[in-house]
Amino acid sequence: MYDMKALYEASSVEEAVALRVAHPEAQIIAGGSDVLVQMREGRRAGKELISIYGIDALRGVSLDAEEALRIGSLTSFSHITRDPLIQKYCNVLGEAVDQVGSPQIRNIGTIGGNTCNGVTSADSASTLHAYEAIVELTGQNGVRRLPIKDFYIKAGQVDIKPDEIQTAILIPKASWENTFGHYIKYGLRNAMEIATLGCSVNVRLSADKRTIERCRIAYGVAGPVPMRCPSAEAAANGAAPSKALAERFARAVIDDINPRDSWRASKAFRQHIAVEMAKRALTRAVELAGGEMA
Amino acid sequence: MNKVGKSEVRVDAFDKASGRTKYYEDRVPAGALYVRIKHAEIAHGMVKSVDTAAAEAIPGVVKVLTCFDVPDLPFPTAGHPWSMDPGHQDVADRHLLNRHVRYWGDDVAVVIAENEVAANQGVRALKVEYEALPFVLDVQEAMKDGAPLLHEEYPNNILKHTSSRLGNYEAAIKEPGLIKVEDWYDTPTVQHCHIENHGCFAWEENGRIVVVASTQIPHIIRRVVAQALGRPWGDVEIIKPYIGGGFGNKQDALYEPLCAWCCTQVGGRCVRLDCAREETFVSNRVRHAIRYHIVTWLKSDGTIHARKVECFSNQGAYASHGHSVVAKGMGSFPQHYPCPNMECDSYTVYTNRPTAGAMRGYGMPQASFADECNIEDCARALGMDSYEFRKKNVMEQGYHDGFSGNTNYYDTYRQCMAKAAEYIDFERKKKEFANDAGDVRRGIGMATFWYNTAVYPISLETSSNRMSLNLDGTVTFQCGETEIGQGADTAYAQMVAEVLGLKSYRDVHVVSCQDTDITPTGLGAYASRQTYVAGFSIQQTAGLLKEKILKYAQEVTRQAPGNMDIVDGEIVRKGDGMVLMPLSELAMTAQYNPVHSEHITAESTYTIRNNAYSFGCTIAEVEVDIPMCRVTVKNIVNVHDCGRLINPALAAAQVHGGMSMAIGYGLSEQLIFDEKTGKPLNGNLLDYKLSTFMDHPHLEAEFIENTEPTSPFGTKALGEPPACSGAPAIRNAILNATGVAINHNPINPHVLFAEFTKAGLIHDDWREEEK
Repeated sequence: MYDMKALYEASSVEEAVALRVAHPEAQIIAGGSDVLVQMREGRRAGKELISIYGIDALRGVSLDAEEALRIGSLTSFSHITRDPLIQKYCNVLGEAVDQVGSPQIRNIGTIGGNTCNGVTSADSASTLHAYEAIVELTGQNGVRRLPIKDFYIKAGQVDIKPDEIQTAILIPKASWENTFGHYIKYGLRNAMEIATLGCSVNVRLSADKRTIERCRIAYGVAGPVPMRCPSAEAAANGAAPSKALAERFARAVIDDINPRDSWRASKAFRQHIAVEMAKRALTRAVELAGGEMA
Repeated sequence: MNKVGKSEVRVDAFDKASGRTKYYEDRVPAGALYVRIKHAEIAHGMVKSVDTAAAEAIPGVVKVLTCFDVPDLPFPTAGHPWSMDPGHQDVADRHLLNRHVRYWGDDVAVVIAENEVAANQGVRALKVEYEALPFVLDVQEAMKDGAPLLHEEYPNNILKHTSSRLGNYEAAIKEPGLIKVEDWYDTPTVQHCHIENHGCFAWEENGRIVVVASTQIPHIIRRVVAQALGRPWGDVEIIKPYIGGGFGNKQDALYEPLCAWCCTQVGGRCVRLDCAREETFVSNRVRHAIRYHIVTWLKSDGTIHARKVECFSNQGAYASHGHSVVAKGMGSFPQHYPCPNMECDSYTVYTNRPTAGAMRGYGMPQASFADECNIEDCARALGMDSYEFRKKNVMEQGYHDGFSGNTNYYDTYRQCMAKAAEYIDFERKKKEFANDAGDVRRGIGMATFWYNTAVYPISLETSSNRMSLNLDGTVTFQCGETEIGQGADTAYAQMVAEVLGLKSYRDVHVVSCQDTDITPTGLGAYASRQTYVAGFSIQQTAGLLKEKILKYAQEVTRQAPGNMDIVDGEIVRKGDGMVLMPLSELAMTAQYNPVHSEHITAESTYTIRNNAYSFGCTIAEVEVDIPMCRVTVKNIVNVHDCGRLINPALAAAQVHGGMSMAIGYGLSEQLIFDEKTGKPLNGNLLDYKLSTFMDHPHLEAEFIENTEPTSPFGTKALGEPPACSGAPAIRNAILNATGVAINHNPINPHVLFAEFTKAGLIHDDWREEEK
């Protein structure tokens, strides 16, 4: 039995926005795999909830007019993994969210909830950062879009106004076109796990596969919010794929990331595996793009 | 024998698979009150006061009880048979709620409420004022003079110290030319993680207290509840329904006494107390973390000349099973790899950690880890192959232990190792893997373990049961040795069908639920004893029942009882096998005979004064990704000699479960504590890294079926042995893959990172720059 004060159910985005305005103290709940756990722990005990889980309009993946991949915020992890558009244009995202928790969690958990929770360890976060995803929010005054890096404010806090709900995540064509990515989740076991570190790398190779035209790398748990690695990307952009490049690229990560010491893992350990993961993820991404690490 | 030795379907399979089986929560009556516990948020100190006003004001809260309300009746909790010798009785150091807080999570107060939400709100609303005292988490620290003292009666926190001596260690080590192998080996605090959390509910009926509990040991719980409440033992009735596992955690009085007392404080209304998973981790029981110091002196011919073993067992806050656990492990050292000169010492030490109790293996997973790490290191020190070293030194066939009366009737260890080596292609892989030199290296490692069945002669071993002949010729069977998921009921059905001559094990209706008002007194499920000890009483009671059946059959058939037998559910004449009558007809005739009506039933108790070794081994094959600090178990095999298998499929399932626990013990599981506060940090299933299916390779279970001569069914222990040798086998495989000997488990990525850095296998140049 959950200690909740009230539950309001929205069946449309408009209704959700109205409920947000009417109940400013209420907590939004989608699949509930984070909120209900927190409520059980007493952290959100006694709260009002606004459930948006019934808004079917927020489910599914499509290509919009600008050919951005549009992922409705309530799309579950398992639906993302099995979606043909995701598999075709951004398969790495499907692979990343397939590593969340367990099959049950992947069926109930949503990508909107995963990002709105604001935690650095979210399995979708590093890939969405590496693909420069756009977050769409809808409120009283209509739709607002912002880059995902600006959506994350600090640990556990994201940029959602009191009248808004997140309605979609968009991956622009400029990010997915001819781009191949790989995600490595480092955990202490192979299922039911929260990432010790997550690393997502994607590359776009030249037609002859001899040059990395564009490289993106982002981490989860390398800092309080998911983060890109500008030094590492600079080392790879325009370079020829090679083992030596992978070493340089990976080593550069140290200048970008800022993992912390905690009882879950030491900073030194996170730095060590971050470098190894960058190397391996870049190598795999280049392979997926049809290139070779000379 | 044709009923035992077959992979029959479990008697409870259909109900369990279809969700019909009723556990304690399925039986809670409507309207039961909820009891929630306020757990201490300091590791050590005194409760000065509990402000209950805010909690009592919450709608739905019925009563708040605190550590200042409980009776001053210290009680023991260990699920041991009662000892008539006061010197051997368990330590009574518990109260229902505690003013002296001895660990983070100790029980300080309870809120009883009409519903769960109100009970939880009530607990959150309690304001407890503490006087904090210094705390100690480490055994060596706790033994020092001036360390925080947990129980005044135990100076230096030493609950108990025992020793054993063989030959003359001090003189022996003076012999010139000996090779010394000395090290410290450390094992972690882990939790059982059975699926069903402990819980219970209690009410008063006709002046007595009835408790329905998720326990392994109903008859023992009856005694402890009575002791804790200061009531006559007969005032308490314990009912044990199906339970979702226990692994030893429920071989202890957990919250049955508190629940029973709470019920008496609300006028006998039914109250339920359900542990959350977080409470199961911290406020139930854990496995003892035991630290070992081993010094082995080897002769150059590869024999062990002398050995010194010191064991330091972290008891946590309360005695529970206490010294028995480390003592069982210590007892294995002189026998497992016998040597002429030994000095063994064991200390059980109170600390401000959660209380350690029984857990699958009862000291043997810890002892096996230390022993088998040291044995591997000894072989390396000699430049000898470790398999050869084990074959040379492990217990020989014919070894006899005077104390327990155990004999190693077969050359079990060598048979098991040979079978495991053959399955996994040990010799070839060992050679092949030795050439691995890259980032990813393979290794293969072996470990054996020592175990003995049941608790004779340390404690009483007894088993009682009752058999009743039903009118359809089937038999209803009851005994006190409980089904806890291990499949005991099915094994009993097969054994009863075997000795009575029934047509099928399905003709035996095992009453799975124990009710101490009804069920013949037994001790419960622990010490891997159920099949072994029940075997004796089943044979005895079946003999009595059969005698009664044939005596009655004599009246009907006019054949001498000695000339008749029961075969496939029919009474037959021995000489020619002629069927005289089916059992069903005999039962009906006996029951409804207007002149001589008889309900044919038998009941007896057998006191077991035997014990049996149950040995085996593990070989594990690993792949070590050095830069990623990660170990993957690629292949693993356990071989056990647990005598004759009563049900091979169930036996294999036991082994699979134990191997899974051993993989977690070796690589990932550990309850960790904040050094600054003593607070457990990862007492939940997300942060406590129980291994999953995705972390296991195929688990291969194999057996050597040497008939155990002391058992009527040729069988012996298998419940706990599978959990004993996996962790050291994995450690030895990692050593063989990388050359790095890691002497503490779990060998998780953090440990590998530190150890590989120390060994120079990984090198992070930026770390020096940062300095």
